[in-house]
Amino acid sequence: MSDSTYNLDHLTELEAESIYVLREVAAQFDRPAILFSGGKDSIVVTHLAAKAFAPGRIPMPLVHIDTGHNFPETIAFRDNLVEQLGARLIVGSVQATIDSGKVQEETGANASRNRLQTTTLIDTIEEHQFDACIGGARRDEEKARAKERFFSHRDDFSQWDPKNQRPELWNLFNGMHAPGEHFRVFPLNNWTELDVWNYILRENIALPSLYFAHDRMCIRRAGQILAHSDHLNLRHEETPEMMHVRFRTLGDLTITGAFESDADTLEQIIDEVAATRITERGGRMDDKRSESAMEDRKKEGYF
Amino acid sequence: MAAATTPDHNGLLRFTTAGSVDDGKSTLIGRLLYDSKSIFEDQLEAVESASSQKGIDGTDLSLLTDGLKAEREQGITIDVAYRYFATPKRKFIIADTPGHIQYTRNMVTGASTADLAIILIDARHGLLEQTHRHSFIASLLGLRHVVVCVNKMDLVDYREERFNEIVAAYKDFSSRLDITDIKFIPISALYGDNVVDRSDKTPWYGGGTLLHHLETVHVGADRNLQDCRFPVQYVIRPQTDAHRDFRGYAGRIASGVWKPGDKVVALPSGKESTIDQILVGDTPLDKAFPPLSVTMTLTDDIDLSRGDMLVRANNQPENTQALDARICWLCEAPLNPATRYVLRHTTRDVQAKISEVLYRIDINTLHRVEDDVTIGVNDMARVRIKTASPLLTDGYKDNRATGSFILVDPSTHLTVAAGVVG
Repeated sequence: MSDSTYNLDHLTELEAESIYVLREVAAQFDRPAILFSGGKDSIVVTHLAAKAFAPGRIPMPLVHIDTGHNFPETIAFRDNLVEQLGARLIVGSVQATIDSGKVQEETGANASRNRLQTTTLIDTIEEHQFDACIGGARRDEEKARAKERFFSHRDDFSQWDPKNQRPELWNLFNGMHAPGEHFRVFPLNNWTELDVWNYILRENIALPSLYFAHDRMCIRRAGQILAHSDHLNLRHEETPEMMHVRFRTLGDLTITGAFESDADTLEQIIDEVAATRITERGGRMDDKRSESAMEDRKKEGYF
Repeated sequence: MAAATTPDHNGLLRFTTAGSVDDGKSTLIGRLLYDSKSIFEDQLEAVESASSQKGIDGTDLSLLTDGLKAEREQGITIDVAYRYFATPKRKFIIADTPGHIQYTRNMVTGASTADLAIILIDARHGLLEQTHRHSFIASLLGLRHVVVCVNKMDLVDYREERFNEIVAAYKDFSSRLDITDIKFIPISALYGDNVVDRSDKTPWYGGGTLLHHLETVHVGADRNLQDCRFPVQYVIRPQTDAHRDFRGYAGRIASGVWKPGDKVVALPSGKESTIDQILVGDTPLDKAFPPLSVTMTLTDDIDLSRGDMLVRANNQPENTQALDARICWLCEAPLNPATRYVLRHTTRDVQAKISEVLYRIDINTLHRVEDDVTIGVNDMARVRIKTASPLLTDGYKDNRATGSFILVDPSTHLTVAAGVVG
């Protein structure tokens, strides 16, 4: 039987793999959670989880690490989605971590809470004793992620050891761990940015309005366009101006680069993504700090 | 159904590459990504600036695929890295595995999920021990398609005789292996000959380019559509008001074609029932096949949980507590016959002991070594395994999903071995 009706298109095959990974987490771990950033990748993970466990509810909470510098659209979208799915939401607050004196807020024009959220994330994992945290990261996003496993082991300091990863064969995932250790799990590992967008279109998945072209007050800094907000410390030569922009990824207000675009439908976004010649994370200031910026943050326990 | 491939799109191809340190594997992958226009401007800029920092003329495409800091320092690849590219015809996932001798485990890992292997041979050196090793691993892991790229043809003046010598030597060697489809392509990864575009320097070569072959090779027939096997992964019981009595068996179809109305047998209980619905999310399917993840409901309330398997009455796997298997040892600590390992097979975990090491396999010569059967990291061996409770297995040759397993050390939780049944 070599009939092509038994070949799956690549999005269906990726979906099947991701659903398998999500169910494996529910089966192998006692206290799993989905890390929900409000970005399109974590929205797709949540959509896949709803499919994996239908008609039941998603058997694990969504965890949002709120930097306090989120786009208000992201928060509104999150609350609406949680309500629709009947899911449980746990919020870890970076502001609370700062107020407790555990970390110090960065200062200056490039101040960002991106690095601080690692502490809040680790505290939240410890407080709720999560043994598996599911994230929406993909291997194609960045060099250091090309070797990431589906089940990625973290020691009891939440550290990733890239030289000592468990080999992962077939679909046989080994989630065994000692108390205090946990796993990061990446169901979208094998997806590319374009796969994610095509899947969003195929499944008609709702997204925050920030992904679509809109008018917004912005500033230009170091070749990037940043959204103007109360959280952004302006340099004296910078003046906000109205631009027609959209975002390719959603991080904090202070670091997520926008770009000028007229794409206001999913089809137009897909055309734009397919034609674009800059990688997705190329728009993020946090990766530009050094060539191995991502690998260093991952070792500390970043998403 | 909407899930099928279209005439102009062949879905997904997973392939693995293996090569030694200097035979140009990273350059070949860089070339595939670059010539298929899968490289972004900022990636290329980073590689160009790194190339000029190293004092290299032009752009070193191999830098595109170097990942971790340690590798950049040592200049070698040390772990399986996954790369993605797509053409209008197909999406590709490359498991890029290092060719260094101590990293056999990475090659096994990369091959375990692949449909096809690319084996690189340096045209100047011909077949090396590692050519044998890579080919043996591809064969052991059940890859039915191998592409032998005879690389660095520019350094042998694109001579047809040299290519033919290597083809003849490889055919002779591979007759001892279990690979059904072998293609030979003369290439230069450095200059791009026959990688994406046809070379005018090899007029004597009548075949297609590497990319053309990857886009068109048919792997659908490799999937087992005959023997129905559905390992239950998770039981969905919503217990909400809307779905008070729903009981669904979630899992990934290992093999076979399944339809609502089919009579099935639950193993190990032997209870019979009939498939009521096959669902993906809320959508019912009229048929399902590998590698779909589905939820099945049955017409009868039978006891079925994770680790059990649905099959057809007239076609059942072997129910056994003694396995004959070939294993690859993945861990620094050697095999210990006294240890009770956890054996994970499909969705089932059982305790297992290695009751006998029959022989070690010298993967360079393919000879059996019977006088020294200490098994350490990167060793391959044929073993007998006893399990504390029964497993439902098929030979790996017939069924990759029900013929494969891993061993986990319960004290360190590390994955210590990968095995194939038969």
